[in-house]
Amino acid sequence: MSDNHKPELDQISGVETTGHEWDGLKELNNPLPRWWLYTFYACIVWAIGYWVVYPSWPMVSSYASGVIGDSQRANALAAYDAGIAERASIGNQLVEASFEDIRTTPNLLEFASANGRAAFGDNCAPCHGSGAVGSPGYPNLQDDNWIWGGTVEDIHTTLLYGIRSDHDEARFGDMPAFGTDELLTREEISQVASYVASKTGLEPEEGVDLAAGETLYVDNCAACHGEDLKGMIEVGAPNLTSATYLYGKSVDAIKAQIYSPRNGVMPAWEARLDPATIKSLAVYVHSFGGGQ
Amino acid sequence: MAVKGTFRRIKWAILFITLGIYYFLPFIRFDRGPNAPDQAVLVDLAGRRGYFFFIEIWPQEVYYITGLLIIAAVALFLMNAVAGRVWCGYLCPQTVWTDLFLYVERKIEGDRRARMALDREPWTAGKVGRRATKHFLWLMIAWWTGGAWVLYFSDAPTLVYNLATLQAPFSAYLWIAILTTTTYLLAGFMREQVCIYMCPWPRIQAALTDEKALNVTYKWDRGEPRGSLKQNKALELKGLPAGDCVDCHQCVHVCPTGVDIRKGTQLDCIQCGLCIDACDNVMEKVGKPTGLIGYDTDENIERRIEGKESVYEIVRVRTVVYAAVIALVGGIMLFALLTRDFADINVLHDRNPIFVTQTDGSIRNGYTVRLLNKRNHERNFMLHVEGMPAGTSVEAVGIDTTFAGRPIIEVGADTTREVRVLVNSPAGVKMPKSTEIVFRLTESVMGEVVTADDYFKAP
Ligand code: SF4
Ligand code: SF4
Repeated sequence: MSDNHKPELDQISGVETTGHEWDGLKELNNPLPRWWLYTFYACIVWAIGYWVVYPSWPMVSSYASGVIGDSQRANALAAYDAGIAERASIGNQLVEASFEDIRTTPNLLEFASANGRAAFGDNCAPCHGSGAVGSPGYPNLQDDNWIWGGTVEDIHTTLLYGIRSDHDEARFGDMPAFGTDELLTREEISQVASYVASKTGLEPEEGVDLAAGETLYVDNCAACHGEDLKGMIEVGAPNLTSATYLYGKSVDAIKAQIYSPRNGVMPAWEARLDPATIKSLAVYVHSFGGGQ
Repeated sequence: MAVKGTFRRIKWAILFITLGIYYFLPFIRFDRGPNAPDQAVLVDLAGRRGYFFFIEIWPQEVYYITGLLIIAAVALFLMNAVAGRVWCGYLCPQTVWTDLFLYVERKIEGDRRARMALDREPWTAGKVGRRATKHFLWLMIAWWTGGAWVLYFSDAPTLVYNLATLQAPFSAYLWIAILTTTTYLLAGFMREQVCIYMCPWPRIQAALTDEKALNVTYKWDRGEPRGSLKQNKALELKGLPAGDCVDCHQCVHVCPTGVDIRKGTQLDCIQCGLCIDACDNVMEKVGKPTGLIGYDTDENIERRIEGKESVYEIVRVRTVVYAAVIALVGGIMLFALLTRDFADINVLHDRNPIFVTQTDGSIRNGYTVRLLNKRNHERNFMLHVEGMPAGTSVEAVGIDTTFAGRPIIEVGADTTREVRVLVNSPAGVKMPKSTEIVFRLTESVMGEVVTADDYFKAP
């Protein structure tokens, strides 16, 4: 560094140097063109204007809010309200429309599917799983096995009133507890279970009298599950020939269910969700592809 | 200062051609049938299509743009290897517009000397009038330049009508305003300052050039020692060496960036060739051969001093490599363009659940299938899934038309359609954990076939 106060001229170019020197090279002082500097100053002025107009500085308990009072939070809330209002309007259309209309009106269908997907994640996924495949005791909604019916209307009804819920219109289908209520002996339960297993692709227990099992089945079970074991949707009696069982498909699981049946509960959603959302859910669940 | 000469004429010709194309291209029509826009060159942002005469670019084909950008960059390198900054001097929009603006200025306010005199004059009505006319014309050119840009993004005649009747979208006015202002400022006021201070190309260019590239060069081997006509004559009489440069400074006066080319090639020089024309005029007047300033290479000056012939090696490793890259990228693009499909299929397997067991024990897999029809008319595609055992059912949700159990999916002109496809294995068939399958789409009329591979999963 040189401590020379008078600007020094570079020998070759005739340009002033800044006085800075590195390894024998001196930095020349070639200032930026004036307009470029002015652009820079203009940017500074612009920035100050910006501070004044828009929210900028944090202060002790609040912040400088800017003279036009712009607030992204307020904008976001307004956009949110507008969104809610729009949703409400299309929601009303959804409530009015029949399922057939929804199916054939693209924007209603799209809204119902999207709305249904969101509502499913919030309300149904805890039991039925995020992919709607359920787990033992919680029906798989993706397959074609529907205990209470798989048409979109059936699904809608189930959603509204639930199964064995405390809703007045809830549907009940109680399987008697043949073991704990001593309606059948353990041996008879074995026979019925083996008979059912033999009809649905499972190996019956060894040495069990299947003919006795059949008689017991016709007397005790056929009223609900049908002579052909295909079940009855009206009373929520499951199809026993299905490849999938709600509580597990094995002779032991069948025996357990006959001895002391579990009866799952589906809540009634009528009181918790608005009609448009419930309708959306029905459309969404039906669209999994297993619906009837 | 008005210069006349070969390079000035070349510049005018290029200006007319390039601006002519730029200003009028959006108005050219091209019939693509009833469902498509009939503008030859159009970037349809809303419809997400790019049109260039018979070529139609879809969003997933933007790699053509990448190819064009590569070609543009390498072409710039090639130009540089052959003749320095020819791009800057002749083709760069900044240069072209600035030239037009300068022409207007010269026509209204006269040449350099007259303009300097006008600057000193008090503000009389005449001066105000001339200045106002100049700025008005500048604004008109800038306005058309900015306006033309917007026309590439919308149906040009309609947009012009809507603009005139104040019905065009706000964004159109905004963009015209922005582009008009920037053109007016950049071409009217900042001019070659843009080249010197803002443009990155001179820096890159300096690193890419070599001593064999043609550049606007002052042939100092011939011009020096310079002196006035009289001085040089006197020197010659005394038998001393005298250069051809008569030190008239014409080359400096005409230079838009104020370069004295006699000091050698410089960053500021945009290689516009105007100093060549100016010096040639002088040389003609003093009865010397022209070309004291001309396109030449550093190498040649050295060679001439050593008494060797000038050489112009256009074909060098550099130029050949650049040309080869351009040819390669262009070739790939052309090949892709000629062999591209007019239909496409994308398949996405459901992730949750991966499979579903049905009542009858069969396994169902769900897929989201997206079909693309790039033709300008509605087409039907038959969907077939290969690799599954006999008895497999394939169902496209919401599609009732089938042929021999295969869904027939209708895809509208120039659109995509997404359908959910459910594949059900036959009951009673034990499926392996994973089966390779192929989704095959056959167009019903032309028989065009597109396929996508996927898997069928089972427990
Ligand atoms: S020195 Fe000036 S006039 Fe000559 S080519 Fe370069 S920019 Fe143009
Ligand atoms: S125009 Fe030609 S003769 Fe005149 S100063 Fe420039 S180089 Fe020399």
